[in-house]
Amino acid sequence: MTLVQNFPFFCIILSMFSAIISFVLSGRQAKIVHLAMTGLVFVMSLFVLQYTYMTGSSYTYMMGHYPAPWGNEIRIGALESLMAAAFSLIMLLSVIGGIYHIDKDIDKERQGLFFIQLDLLLASLLALIYTNDLFTAYVFIEICTIAACGLIMARKIGRVYVSAVRYMVMSLIGSGLFLIGLSLLYAITGQLLMSPARIALQKIADTGQYEVPMAVIMVLLTVGLGIKSGLYPFHTWIPDAYGYSTTSASAILSSLVSKGYIFLLIKLIVRVLPYKSIPGAQMENILFLFGVVGMIIGSVDAIKDKNIRRMISYSSVAQIGYIYMGIGLGNNAGADAALFHVISHGLMKSLLFLAATGLIDCSGGRLDRKGLTGAGYRNKVAGVGFTIGSLSMIGMPLLAGFVSKFMFASAATSAPIYKMIIAWTALAISTVLNAVYFMRMVLVIYTPVGAVKASRLKRGAQTDIEIKPESGEKAAMLQKGPLENIGIIGISALIIMLGTYSQVIIDIIRNGFALFD
Amino acid sequence: MSKRNPDYENSFWQKFAMWCSGDYDPAKGKFEMKKPGQKSKGPNIIGKLMHILAQEESIYASERDKNLRTFNRFYIIVSVALGFLLTILLLVTVSQLPRFGDANAPENNEVARRYIEKGLEETGAVNIVAGMILDYRAFDTFGESCVLFVASCCVLMLLKEKKPEPEKRYDPVNSAILQPAARILVPIIIIFGIYVILNGHISPGGGFSGGAIIGTGFILYQTAFGFEKTGKFLSEKFIKVITVLALSFYCFAKSYSFYTGANHLHSVITPGTPGAILSAGLIVYLNICVGIVVACTMYSFYAAFRRGSF
Repeated sequence: MTLVQNFPFFCIILSMFSAIISFVLSGRQAKIVHLAMTGLVFVMSLFVLQYTYMTGSSYTYMMGHYPAPWGNEIRIGALESLMAAAFSLIMLLSVIGGIYHIDKDIDKERQGLFFIQLDLLLASLLALIYTNDLFTAYVFIEICTIAACGLIMARKIGRVYVSAVRYMVMSLIGSGLFLIGLSLLYAITGQLLMSPARIALQKIADTGQYEVPMAVIMVLLTVGLGIKSGLYPFHTWIPDAYGYSTTSASAILSSLVSKGYIFLLIKLIVRVLPYKSIPGAQMENILFLFGVVGMIIGSVDAIKDKNIRRMISYSSVAQIGYIYMGIGLGNNAGADAALFHVISHGLMKSLLFLAATGLIDCSGGRLDRKGLTGAGYRNKVAGVGFTIGSLSMIGMPLLAGFVSKFMFASAATSAPIYKMIIAWTALAISTVLNAVYFMRMVLVIYTPVGAVKASRLKRGAQTDIEIKPESGEKAAMLQKGPLENIGIIGISALIIMLGTYSQVIIDIIRNGFALFD
Repeated sequence: MSKRNPDYENSFWQKFAMWCSGDYDPAKGKFEMKKPGQKSKGPNIIGKLMHILAQEESIYASERDKNLRTFNRFYIIVSVALGFLLTILLLVTVSQLPRFGDANAPENNEVARRYIEKGLEETGAVNIVAGMILDYRAFDTFGESCVLFVASCCVLMLLKEKKPEPEKRYDPVNSAILQPAARILVPIIIIFGIYVILNGHISPGGGFSGGAIIGTGFILYQTAFGFEKTGKFLSEKFIKVITVLALSFYCFAKSYSFYTGANHLHSVITPGTPGAILSAGLIVYLNICVGIVVACTMYSFYAAFRRGSF
């Protein structure tokens, strides 16, 4: 076994160890440890990606001295390492893009804890990506849930606690359903490793035993992960959780945490749950239906909301709907499109959150359209970033969003005819609705205002619940924010790269997905 | 001839007479009257409060919406109905599962067989469960201890105060019943906890249960003697350092084991003589680590809820 093959294990252990060691470090040191660790994880994941793509195969890695059904194991292929690289890069850029806001929004003595939670979040996401064992998946789902909850409530303002409690309740219902489903699965198969569990389930499905438990298991596992990722009817926790936490937390929650669960669900569908072999179970169609409804309703809600950050959060509901629609199409092309959208939406959403915060800061903390008038002139980088993100969301060619919409549309052609028509109609309607609210916001931030009014808007009436910066120095830092601009520029460049050189990524996803089974 | 007061002008009765006729005001020059609302130095507390209230009002206005209230009522009914439905569904499902203890049940397969038949030989742990969680599936258990760690970080993030609250307010210190009882019970509890941890690989028990027992011992001691005395051996720094050391040792030890296992290298860890205290490879040390983490987490949860700090 070469050294490169050890890297995924190193990534997981490294992120957990940096969380542990950060407990005795100060906030500043914890921040440095976190940034260095995330960068290292990204580099190592790139090496693994290169290795797996070149060899064109996947391998299992034994966690300990005992082979798989007895010990733990992780499984690494091109797709997994691509996701690990993308997730760590997005996390790195999101933290850099909101680094001054972490200073400003979170008390000094809590910053260390904040970075511990970020470290463990990355560890759990990596473990969810790589794991080949259902119970390991459950353990890391728990870590992910608690860490995400901590990220939401790191900012000490009233509304955050309401949203953190709501998130906690919804998320725990999701994990609870998942755990019940898992126990039932173990009771009828006696396996926790994915591939043997699939063989056992297939045998049960063929003999026609345990019909009710089979259906219940599928529903519970799917719905559990659906709730946690914010699928349409269970999306009520999203706008508050994403809308009021600190910038980096919002960006990471919306672009990574929900995607980790979606990736796990895709893995379950491919490796464990025999969706296709049970004729009565309409799971794919149900996911498709909820996805399509979510695409429309999420966009409508986003149009209705005046608060820019809540608007972006509602847009997440719609985008998660896209992903579930792709899964629900039931063919490989649909899953490829969903996986591509996981990455492209991760980039777009974190960019939009970071840029929106930049715009809000130069408008005296106002979140509504009136207050943000002309903000694109006051903070040029954030304005351009927001525009690129919005155009990509709408599906402008040369940007990442276009590629994923194109992939969804072409995947729909090989689906049954009624699904094709529904998917195309939903894509068209949703694109128009996206354009309505994103273009409206872009037009608002580029509406010129006079110099006098601009300075008044810049000072702004404090209608937001922003906490004022403690000292003048910090305020000055916030005004300039060169590091935060690096985050915004970096993600914008990645979106353009993903839009123009998409074929490489699509190839990796396609080859990786073929090996996924 | 009546006696006349020589200082009649300044006498009390003259002043009283003058006050009655309105010529004299005793308060004059002693009280300062200011016109209200000119300049109020110092913090305008009421204004700030109103500002905060207005903000809260705008934040929570959506929750007082009338339509929303109706919707919430509808929501409660639906959720109760859904809960019942789910309960019935799960009961029906469970009734169709293989019977508990059935020899032919699917879970009695080659996985469980190896744990039972070869567990002692391979891990050196008489307690098969300890061998399973700390050797066969140690990665999951490392994840579980990280769940505890992240949970305690989360609670601290929520409850941590800059200045811990003074303890006199609600501490039952110097209670005549509690203190003697604690003096007898605490050592026994802690020694029992240590016994459970150290024998985790030989008898039922282990790090999680033993750590919980020790944690309750600490909590009892604190309740009886107060934070001042507990702080002598359980300060915030000490808890942090010992938790980090325990988790780091777990991390390194298991990383070594994972690395050698995955790369098929020779490992220096041997199962040893089954039944001895220092046997079963890493299990006894990992049990100690888990026990430390659990005990510290339990005590820090309690302290954080009690006064917002360790």
